[in-house]
Amino acid sequence: MSGETQAPALSPLAHQFDDLTQQNEADDLGMWLFLCTELMFFGGMFLAYTIYRTRDEATFAAASAKLELLWGTVNTVVLLTSSLTMALAVHAAEVRQRRKLIMLLLGTMVLGTAFLSIKFMEYYHKYVHELMPLAGLPFKWDGTSPGHAEMFFDLYFAMTGIHALHMIIGLGIMLVLLVKATRGGLLGDFSGPVRVTGLYWHFVDMVWVFLFPLLYLIGAR
Amino acid sequence: MTALVDPGSITVPDLGPLSRRNYLNAGYSVRSWLLTTDHKRIALLYLMSITFFFMLGGAAATLLRLDLMTPQADLVQTETFNKLFTAHGVIMVFFFLIPSIPAVLGNFLVPLMVGARDLAFPRLNLLSWYVYMIGGLFTLYALLAGGVDTGWTFYAPYSSTYSNTYVMATAVGIFITGFSSILTGLNFIVTIHKMRAPGLTWFRLPLFIWSIYATSIIMVLGTPVLAITLLLVGLERMLGIGIFDPRLGGDPILFQHLFWFYSHPAVYIMILPSMGVVSEIIPCYCRKRPFGYAFIGFSSFAIAVFSFLVWGHHLFVSGQSIYAGMVFSMLSYMVAIPSAVKVFNWTASLHKGSISFDTPMLYALGFVGLFTMGGLTGLFVAALAVDVHVHDTYFIVSHFHYIMVGGAVMGYLGGIHFWWPKMTGRLYPEGWARLSAILIFVGFNLTFFPQYILGYLGMPRRYHVYPPEFQVLNVMSSAGASILGLGYFFPLTYLIWSLYYGKRASSNPWRATGLEWQTPSPPPTENFVQTPVVLDEAYDYKRMDGQLAEGGAA
Repeated sequence: MSGETQAPALSPLAHQFDDLTQQNEADDLGMWLFLCTELMFFGGMFLAYTIYRTRDEATFAAASAKLELLWGTVNTVVLLTSSLTMALAVHAAEVRQRRKLIMLLLGTMVLGTAFLSIKFMEYYHKYVHELMPLAGLPFKWDGTSPGHAEMFFDLYFAMTGIHALHMIIGLGIMLVLLVKATRGGLLGDFSGPVRVTGLYWHFVDMVWVFLFPLLYLIGAR
Repeated sequence: MTALVDPGSITVPDLGPLSRRNYLNAGYSVRSWLLTTDHKRIALLYLMSITFFFMLGGAAATLLRLDLMTPQADLVQTETFNKLFTAHGVIMVFFFLIPSIPAVLGNFLVPLMVGARDLAFPRLNLLSWYVYMIGGLFTLYALLAGGVDTGWTFYAPYSSTYSNTYVMATAVGIFITGFSSILTGLNFIVTIHKMRAPGLTWFRLPLFIWSIYATSIIMVLGTPVLAITLLLVGLERMLGIGIFDPRLGGDPILFQHLFWFYSHPAVYIMILPSMGVVSEIIPCYCRKRPFGYAFIGFSSFAIAVFSFLVWGHHLFVSGQSIYAGMVFSMLSYMVAIPSAVKVFNWTASLHKGSISFDTPMLYALGFVGLFTMGGLTGLFVAALAVDVHVHDTYFIVSHFHYIMVGGAVMGYLGGIHFWWPKMTGRLYPEGWARLSAILIFVGFNLTFFPQYILGYLGMPRRYHVYPPEFQVLNVMSSAGASILGLGYFFPLTYLIWSLYYGKRASSNPWRATGLEWQTPSPPPTENFVQTPVVLDEAYDYKRMDGQLAEGGAA
């Protein structure tokens, strides 16, 4: 179809595409490419962690033992469950179940918020125990090599902080999806936005799946 | 619904383009420009912005060259000198060269060349321009508030701990601008994969698309590494997170590894699109299919892949392991293979061609020569022992200017001239354009060839004062820079002039193949009146000229 200028404003098919299949494929490929950039983005920090860990494994293990394993485990369960609800939300959108989609999106958001709340509680505990070497806050370390221990906590806050930032962005996107879903959008052929948000959310979960063992588990216990 | 439009077939000369609706007269309000999602208008927004930054970076270079006329510190103080070369580097690399061809010509041409109505994500495309401008404003603020003195490389721990200049604002500016380049690259890859016109297979694509695709891969995979690196420097300055802080066992060399993991591939972000432009221009002005189409195409990918494996050659004297240095040295040599494949193929394309020396061709031929010079000296500095001698001297400065100015900027200007009639519907004045192309070539060589000698004799880069025996070569370089400046001034003037007084262009003034020449100049907002269907390979100049001779049209 040529000569057309603009698809009608409410149509979910953008004017540059010929049909919905093309649009959906483009959306998916776009999100996968974006996740590649995210992979490289986090990769820099994982590289820094790996290098500094191999230089002083003992201190890193000792510092890692100061993290709260219980809450880290709880958070892992919470986040993986939110991935499940997200995957079910994508399915609900595809099979045009509006109520179910809304409920599952809400569930994902509640779980995401729970994760962040627990994370910030952990941050607070670190602050109380003077293990938060940020912005000139006091840092108290009894063991050897306080510098390397400080480096561990620097990496801990940088990596989990940037991960948390990604979750906050994800929750913001879900809020938009929620509004659209309550207005009756995002169903069937038009579920693309839910699908790509799902991809993003699973990616953020995957990052945590690597952060959790690196920061909480290995060496320390 | 779709008509058969064959890229080899001749198009009807289409005079009086302004009498009909096109993307330029589709709307005149400021809003119609600032909120446009038309890739062609966004390309023009980018064109204006990067021209502004080019002049700013050029002004800094002018002051540097003026100051270096004499061995003593005459014109500016040493601190100012440091800020000037930082400003020149930051602006030219991040705000001119990296967006230059992709964001201007790529934005304009990718949908036209693949026969699409727009890029896959038009709103993302507009967002990328705003992101670019916000990053630019941060950097401008840093420059006006007092400048930065770290050099464009921001080496830690100077940048993260010691420098008392506006490092944060500049780093934030570059961090933000990086996202515009990620969005642009992502948009191109998806568009090229998913939106090609019926019949346009990968091996019928113009070579410009191949090189833009390779460039986009680097943008998408490399830029985020720079982003995290600058973010860590920023966190170190703001929150005291000491990833690069030796006091905590942090390693400043890690900064260099991360920085060059992006910034070496970034050089190929600059040069690959220019190679694509040259691959379009040379076939048109020698009326031949390029020699070794697939080799030129695949060498772009080879360059993109190798580009990620050579960053360590910036660290030969940084205390990197000698074995790593040897591996990086060898890998750096390997980049020469796909680069040479291109140069040989372009040269072979000229063989028995019907060559005409129009302006774009002058730029393209200049590109081939200057790029060869820059590339061959790249082999010098990729050799471990030679690099120890010339590291951090003007030899390096000259080497990368041969690539980034002699290569990238020549290609950019050639491309701007080649597609100017398509973008604006007007022809530029050929005589002036040829004159300035020659001025730029002469001025460039006079500026930078003496710097090879200076560097080999041992003059370090980024130094404010130098021994008096280096003055002759420095004066030559400054004299060349003034010719180069004049050469850049001409196109700026006559291209603007041509917007009002230039001859109106037909849809295909150069009798070139390619889908972008099948639609009127300037194109309508939706690009093609009818979605084109491609039946044949690219660059079939033999058939096009044959049809021209039969039809008697020109």
